[in-house]
Order: sequence, then structure tokens, then C-alpha cells
Amino acid sequence: MSTTAPVAERPTPETTKKPKRQTSFNEGTGRLAALLLSPTMIVLILVVGLPILAALRESLYTSGQQIDESGFIVQGSKFVGLDNYTAIFSGETGTRFWNAFYNTTFFTVACVVLETVLGVMMALVMHKAFRGRGIVRASILVPWAIPTVVSALLWKWIFQADGIANEMLGTQILWSTEGWQSVLSVIVADTWKTAPFIGLLVLAGLQTIPTDVYEAAKVDGASVWQTFTRITMPLVKPALLVAVLFRILDTLRIFDLPFVLVGPNKESVETLSILAYLEANQTRYGPAAAYATLLFIYVAVVAYVFVKLLGADVFGDAIQRKTKKNGRNGRGRGKQTDPGAPVAGLTAGGGLGGE
Amino acid sequence: MTVVAEKAPRVIDVKAAEAPWYRRWLPLIGVAVIVLYCLVPFFWMVVSSLRRPADQFDNSIIPSPISLDNFKDVFKSGTGFQRGLLNSLIVAGTVTVLTLVIGMVAAYTLARLEFRGKNFVLAIIIVTSMFPGISLVIPLKKLFVNIDWINTYQAMIVPSLSFALPLAVWLLTAFFRQMPRELEQAAMVDGCTPAQAFRKVILPLAAPGVFTTAIITFIAAWNEFLIALSMVNKKEYQTANVVISQFTGASGRDQPFGSQMAAGVVVTIPLVIAVLLFQRRIVAGLTAGGVK
Repeated sequence: MSTTAPVAERPTPETTKKPKRQTSFNEGTGRLAALLLSPTMIVLILVVGLPILAALRESLYTSGQQIDESGFIVQGSKFVGLDNYTAIFSGETGTRFWNAFYNTTFFTVACVVLETVLGVMMALVMHKAFRGRGIVRASILVPWAIPTVVSALLWKWIFQADGIANEMLGTQILWSTEGWQSVLSVIVADTWKTAPFIGLLVLAGLQTIPTDVYEAAKVDGASVWQTFTRITMPLVKPALLVAVLFRILDTLRIFDLPFVLVGPNKESVETLSILAYLEANQTRYGPAAAYATLLFIYVAVVAYVFVKLLGADVFGDAIQRKTKKNGRNGRGRGKQTDPGAPVAGLTAGGGLGGE
Repeated sequence: MTVVAEKAPRVIDVKAAEAPWYRRWLPLIGVAVIVLYCLVPFFWMVVSSLRRPADQFDNSIIPSPISLDNFKDVFKSGTGFQRGLLNSLIVAGTVTVLTLVIGMVAAYTLARLEFRGKNFVLAIIIVTSMFPGISLVIPLKKLFVNIDWINTYQAMIVPSLSFALPLAVWLLTAFFRQMPRELEQAAMVDGCTPAQAFRKVILPLAAPGVFTTAIITFIAAWNEFLIALSMVNKKEYQTANVVISQFTGASGRDQPFGSQMAAGVVVTIPLVIAVLLFQRRIVAGLTAGGVK
């Protein structure tokens, strides 16, 4: 209940007010909509839907040369059932898979936690700042705009043996080789690139909180910390959850950064994406597809759990978020919210804190 | 009375009115920290690219003789970097145009028409953008090997639609929704067909939004690496990102960081300029879409 309450302050979703405004323009729309949406849907089916299914199918086959029972060399793919999967989970490949699985998970947890904390801090600072907003906004977009490959090279250069990082720290660590230091260098590079982005999304959430909520809190004698935990966080939560979910899913498929910053075939930073890529690169499509399918399932499970456990309706909210932006765009924050709603959000926030 | 008098500054900022001096300076310091955090590594890339190859490992903040040697190295024939830039431009440009053309119709439909299953379509569009790229790349790579598409532009363009199209539809839907419905209604009262209303009224007015979407999509496509790396192994078709990551350098040093930094600067500068020029719009677009 309380999780939906902060959302309640958003303007009513369009669906509820639409029927009133229906015009001839909207009559018989089902078929028209289907027609107009078909190009996009067809493209998505072709480049996303079918490949996913093809990967699933591929993971049950093995390709290349095999020797059949009678000793002949057989070309082409052969159905092997779940052999690719059992192979992944056993022996040396099993160790490699679990290592990649662990690395992927570790990167995701470490990066997303760091980025969220830094991002929220940045958003709070930007929200408070009245001078220099333009420059902050411009500079925050720079890490976002730099291609990941370039940022990986840039950090590789910074973490070079006789690079600036070692000089500033007074150490002689071989950062981008193997071991904990290479893991750390990837985390630093990823955090640098995306924490500002989370800050940007959280800032957008902050700006929708009406000032009278803070005034009310002040009148009631709330401390700064109470204001933050009981008001700011609950009200920013929807925006933050969406940002965090996107970041989690993005980090689970991390490829470019460890691949370029440290390199392929490095045990300590090998992720599932890299593993699958390396297999595919040696035309072992079966195992590669099996890795990719496992990653896909992992991503789906994480997304499902995240949506179910934390943000009951990230989708609904994501769809609503856009409606919210309509009113907000540019000037006047929270102008359209009705005066009762913030109070509802506030009490909900209190309830949430107690959960 | 005092309450009324206090109200005026409060509208601007609750805290600033009675805050001590450090309360007012703290945000500025924070802003400075954020700006430094974001720009210092980028600055280091620019500085490193401007050193002479001989002082590559010199860590002074300003390169003492500023030299463009690294840039000359990068653009020497044989590095394939120029061709890479062109390829990147072709791939990212085509992806952007295609997604805009396909996505605009879908986005307008999603923003304006009411039909059953609309949220379902929107959900599908978000979900597809969350799929890990590698799960799409592997089967597509096998397919492209079979149909001889490896080392072609379309082998990079088609898979790129998988992330660019949901992104563009999502952003454009948000932009179209911001436009008052009365616009088309007025146009249709004046005798336009819905299609004409879209073309003659909505499209020109939505131009800024479409433009923003174009920039964001272009940046996403320009930064793409996994697809470009997987689908192409001939130098003539590699995008700039792939070329840079595989730089061996003109002068044959083992890791030509100077040239790599210079190439990185060349690849990044257009994006940074676009970002600086259109920052307000890009931020609006990114936060409206809540996308990656």
C-alpha cells in the first residue's frame, strides 16, 4: 500500500481521462493502431524476439565437426539436448562459468551500490545548487557521452603502471592486469561513467517534490536527516528504482569495459558476456548460445525479483513517469499536484520508514 | 504579518533564507566537486593526447611543448582510423534515420491512439531494451555467417536496431505526449486528414523532440561496441570504436596510449560538443524516458 502512495501524487494517468476526449480521430483505433505499430513490432520481433528463440534453440545443438558412432566425421549441427548446459556446469568449464557468474554479479552489486550512493549525493547537491546548474548539467553529460570503449582506454591509461593513478597514490600497482586491482579499476571506470547519470535521473525525481512538503517538515521540527529519510527518499523512490533497475540490467551484460580495460581471457574480470563472446568467436555457437541463454535467464530473474520485491510497479510507474513529465517540463515544479497529495505521500513515507 | 513577509524568499529556497554562510557555499563546493569528478578524467585524456610521443609518460598537468603529433599519427594512412570514423558515421547515421522513421509512427500511435493492449506494447518495448546484447549477437552472428553478411554494414545496422528502436520509440512517445491534442483537432477541423495533421502540424512542432531523440539515438549507436566487434573482422568495415580498441599504433610501441587518447578525443569531441549545445534538451529527453 504505502509503496503506491507516493505515486498517487502524480497526475492521473491518461487512460482514465481519455474516454471523455474521444473524437472521431480515435474511432476504430484498434486496427489502425495495429497497422501503425506493425513496422516497429516486426523489427523488434526480427532483431530481438527471433534471435532470443534462435539462441535457445542453438544452445541445444552443437555445430562444427563431430565424430559419429561409426567413426565418420559429421559436419553441421547436431541436436545434443541439454549437453551444452551440463558441460557448462561441470569440470573446468564449470569453474570458468561460475567464475564469470560471480564476476558479473560482483560487478553489478558493487557498481550499482556505489553509483546509487554517489548519484543520490550528486542529485542532492545539484538540487541545492542555484548557481552553476548549467555547467554541472553540461559536465555531468560528458562521462555519459564518452563511448565506453574510449573511457575504458582512458582508465587503462590512468591506471597504467607508470600512469597518473600510481603517481598520485604513490603506489606501483599493476592495475589492469589481473586480480583485485583490475576488478577495482573496472568498478572505478564504470562508476565514473554512470554515477552522474543516476544523479541526473534522481535530480529529475527531486524536482517533482513540491517545496511545501519540506516546509511542513520544517514546521514540524524535522531534522535534516529525518527530512531526507522520511520525505526525500520515499518521494524519490519511484524515479530511483527505475534508474537502479536499468543500471542493474545494464551492468549484468557488462562487456566493453572489462574487455577493453583489462582484456579478454582474464580470469578476474571475465563476465558472462565476455565468456559467451569468446565462445562464439571460436564458432562454438552451441556453448556460446548456452552461456547467452543463461545470462538472459539471469537478467530476467533479477528484473522479475527486483520488480516484485522492491518496486511493485516499475513498469506502471515508468509509463506514468512520462505523463508526469508532461506537466513538469521546464518550469514550475509540482504545479499540477493537488495540495492533498503531498500529505498522503508524506504519511506514506512515514509508514515506509517503519517497515 | 511576519509569516507573509517570510513567504517571499521561501518560495525560492526554504533553507537559504536563514542559512549561515557555509550553508550557501557548501552547495557550490559540491557543484565544483561534481564538475571536477566528471571532467578531470576527460581533461587527462585531452592533455595526454597533446603531449609529444616522447613525453608520453610525463605526468605534468599541462604538456610543456604542446604537440599534435599524436593526432597526426592517428590520421596517418594505415591506422584505418579515418575509415573507421566514416564507418561509424554510416552505421550510426543509418541506425538513427531508420529508427526515427520506424519509431516515429509507433510513438505517435502510442501517444495518441487509445487501444487495448497499449500498456502491453509499451511494456514489450521497455523489456526488449533490457535484453542482454550478447544473447542477440550470437544467433545473429551465426545467421549472418550463413547468409554472407559478415563484413557488411547491414550486419552492424540491423542488430543495432534492437537497442536503438526501443530507445527512440520510448523517447518520442514521451515527446509526442507533451503536445496538446487540440493541435490535431484544430487541424482536422480545418480539413486535414489525421495523416496530414501529423505531417503538417505535429511533426514541425515536435521537431525539437525528434531532434533530441536523434541525438540520443545517434550517441547510443555511435558508442556501440559488441555488435561492431562481433560482426566485422575486416578493417575496412570496422567502426572507430573497434579500430581504437585494436590500435597497434603507427610507431609500433606496444601500447600506443598517446594515439589512443588522441583517437579517443577525436571520437568524443563531436559528442561532447553536441552535448554542450543541446544539454537542456538531452537532459529532458533522458529523464523523460528514464532510459539507459
